[in-house]
Amino acid sequence: MELFEILTSAAFWAAAIRIASPLIFATMGELICERAGVLNLGIEGIMVAGAFAGWIAVWAGLPLWGGVSVAFLVGVGLGGIHSILSVPFGLSQHVVGIGLTLLATSATFYTYRVMLPEVSTPPKIDAFQPFHIPFLSEIPFFGPALFQQTALTYLAFILVGVVSFTLYRTPLGLAVRAAGESPAAVAAQGLSVTAIRMGAVMIGSGCMAVGGAFLTMSAFDSFFFDMVNGRGWICIALVVFGAWRPGKALFGAILFAAFDALQIRLQQTGIGAVVPYQVFLMMPYILSIMALIVMSRRAEVPAALMVPFNKGER
Amino acid sequence: MSGVESAHPVLRLQNITKRFGSVTANEAVTFDLAKGEVIALLGENGAGKTTLMNILFGQYTADEGTVTVFGNLLPPGNPRAALDAGVGMVHQHFTLAENLTVWENIVLGAQPLHAPRLRAGAAKAKIRALSEEFQLKVDPDAKIGALTVGERQRVEILKALYRDARILILDEPTAVLTPQETDALFATLRTAIDLGLSIVFISHKLHEVMAISNRVLVLRHGKLVAERATLDTDRAELSALMVGAETSAPDLAPATPGAALLTLCDLSTPSIGTAPGLRHANLALRAGQITGLAGVSGNGQAALSDLISGLVTPQSGQFEIAGNTVTTWSPRNAIGQGIARIPEDRHKTGTIADFDLTENTILETYATQFSKRGWMNWRKAKAHAESLIETYDVRCSGPDARIRLLSGGNMQKLILGRVLENAPRIILANQPVRGLDIGAVNYVHGRLAAARDAGAAVLLISEDLDEIMRLSDVIHVISDGRLSPEFVRGTMQPEQLGVWMAGDGFEGHDHAA
Repeated sequence: MELFEILTSAAFWAAAIRIASPLIFATMGELICERAGVLNLGIEGIMVAGAFAGWIAVWAGLPLWGGVSVAFLVGVGLGGIHSILSVPFGLSQHVVGIGLTLLATSATFYTYRVMLPEVSTPPKIDAFQPFHIPFLSEIPFFGPALFQQTALTYLAFILVGVVSFTLYRTPLGLAVRAAGESPAAVAAQGLSVTAIRMGAVMIGSGCMAVGGAFLTMSAFDSFFFDMVNGRGWICIALVVFGAWRPGKALFGAILFAAFDALQIRLQQTGIGAVVPYQVFLMMPYILSIMALIVMSRRAEVPAALMVPFNKGER
Repeated sequence: MSGVESAHPVLRLQNITKRFGSVTANEAVTFDLAKGEVIALLGENGAGKTTLMNILFGQYTADEGTVTVFGNLLPPGNPRAALDAGVGMVHQHFTLAENLTVWENIVLGAQPLHAPRLRAGAAKAKIRALSEEFQLKVDPDAKIGALTVGERQRVEILKALYRDARILILDEPTAVLTPQETDALFATLRTAIDLGLSIVFISHKLHEVMAISNRVLVLRHGKLVAERATLDTDRAELSALMVGAETSAPDLAPATPGAALLTLCDLSTPSIGTAPGLRHANLALRAGQITGLAGVSGNGQAALSDLISGLVTPQSGQFEIAGNTVTTWSPRNAIGQGIARIPEDRHKTGTIADFDLTENTILETYATQFSKRGWMNWRKAKAHAESLIETYDVRCSGPDARIRLLSGGNMQKLILGRVLENAPRIILANQPVRGLDIGAVNYVHGRLAAARDAGAAVLLISEDLDEIMRLSDVIHVISDGRLSPEFVRGTMQPEQLGVWMAGDGFEGHDHAA
């Protein structure tokens, strides 16, 4: 059984965790936005911009963590554009989000051409290297699968814990959740819905950008135009899959990544010789849709998701 | 009333004026509230009561005027400042997040956002203590979505008390309560007064105003028109002050019933969620007669109204309109058969909030009366809306106003106009006066009676037994999807109907096949 061998190999799960990492960052980012009541369809473009910004910053001489910070700040800035249009102006969140994706993507390519006009192959940087956590990485199977990753992957898992704790255990998180459920209740308690929603969109967008930066700074060591390749849209689905809960969304990200890692390996097996490889490429998406159907039937959507809030209107 | 010191007001509104477009909602309103005092703010729908309180609470910004709390000027448009100054508001439409728990809703905004953790345990303890002190029984861990309306209101009051409110504003708190819940609310309010809180109580139910307040302020068309000590006035005077003229309930002449226009025979419908469907119901709506349907809500009223509206098709039994058996049935058929509907929820199913008045008046007739070869005739539609506004005395800035800007009473008048304008054969009036003030109630009832006299068959569904007994020529009681036999006006006492409403009395009358 080749399938059994694949599923029980530590290398397979290590790959799955690696593939999941950018999805985890971006999914957490989207989840924060949506919990506050804003659908952020700028995610795809923000990831592209984050991937470029982190990489170019390191290429220009910043340390790796400096690059991550630059990516985060670029995300916060793009999130700021989104939030001004979608929150105080109350524009359609679909239109704002898609517009932002187009803007961020195009602006990234433009900046790339301006900064590297003569380049045919993009330069490489010294990306994050796997960091073997002492003792834990020695554990059979689990060590190589989980604890021989790069620092950014560990950060992704820490982020899930931070987001989960903040949402459910702090007054700030309660305010964010309430803003997504009933902005009128938030306003009646003397809090600013506008500030909460704008803040959530900006922080969430920063996380998305770091997800993009993972691709150029950890998964690979260079920037390519189509490297985000729809991952942002997958994260939108993962938030729904996770029923707007950080833990379940993390599970969804790993599940999707595992399907992705599996299809690459299946292409090299006996079946791969018979079945066209495009079928394997489709696999994670098909399985995700099926999982989505099963998982999210009874999910509780934030009641005020995509509902603009105007103070003083009746 | 003794114990009220009016020398140092806890709250002072001065010269408050607020305009929405060309409509003046409040005009130069000034009043004081003393410690331990209960002021009742009385007025018709659209008189500007809610607007005034929203200004006080900082949700609207006044165009002119000031609010002073405990001697300090309140910055305009800032609910937080109002809360911090000790003003708590219980809104008519609750401001609660349904997917969050009781304690989460109460704590929201009460702990600083930069605090590192939610102090859930301490919050719940404080909520329990307040529940105890003010007799506001509610489980802090329950989700709002699972609570009854009465419990939700308790949460709203707890929200204010949790933040140490010294002044409570209650916007039509009893509109959604059962009589028992109202009594409990009044007990809570008396406790609050004994503890030195002051209360502004907005209502248009006169007996409640008489029962709870020290002083009554009457608001009409945004202006304060009268102020009375509660002990020096009575219901008749207040009601006259409120509407500006004496109004009286319509005097109903005996009906002259004609042919049955809509008949159900041994008819059943599927249940809707937890609400029962009709079970072997027999009913005849006759021309020129008002048929009242009494019953506790959730006993199959929705099934009957959905059936008549065309939203539900019968499961079994006979369904006839004007003597013809109905075979295909949809809302479009219902409209085609001359069935006009006053829906139970005017916000959700009666109107489209963001459409203007013109569009809302032609929702059912746009295709037949206001278009030609697929093109809308907006000029005609607008003229139609203007005539309805005029005829039915709808207070608004004009036919281009979005309907969400109208008060409940004015919205209902417009719906009534839409319903009656086409001289319907059958009128389904589902809770037509819920939440309306006396003036509007009498107006709606008068119009329904006039429609009856013009030969329409009217079905009046209401949980208010007084309304049913006052207006209906014949009465049915609904209980758990079963319809009682028909009782003629004047032959039944409320207590007897109550027995049927409780589900007793059906033995031996069950029409089970």
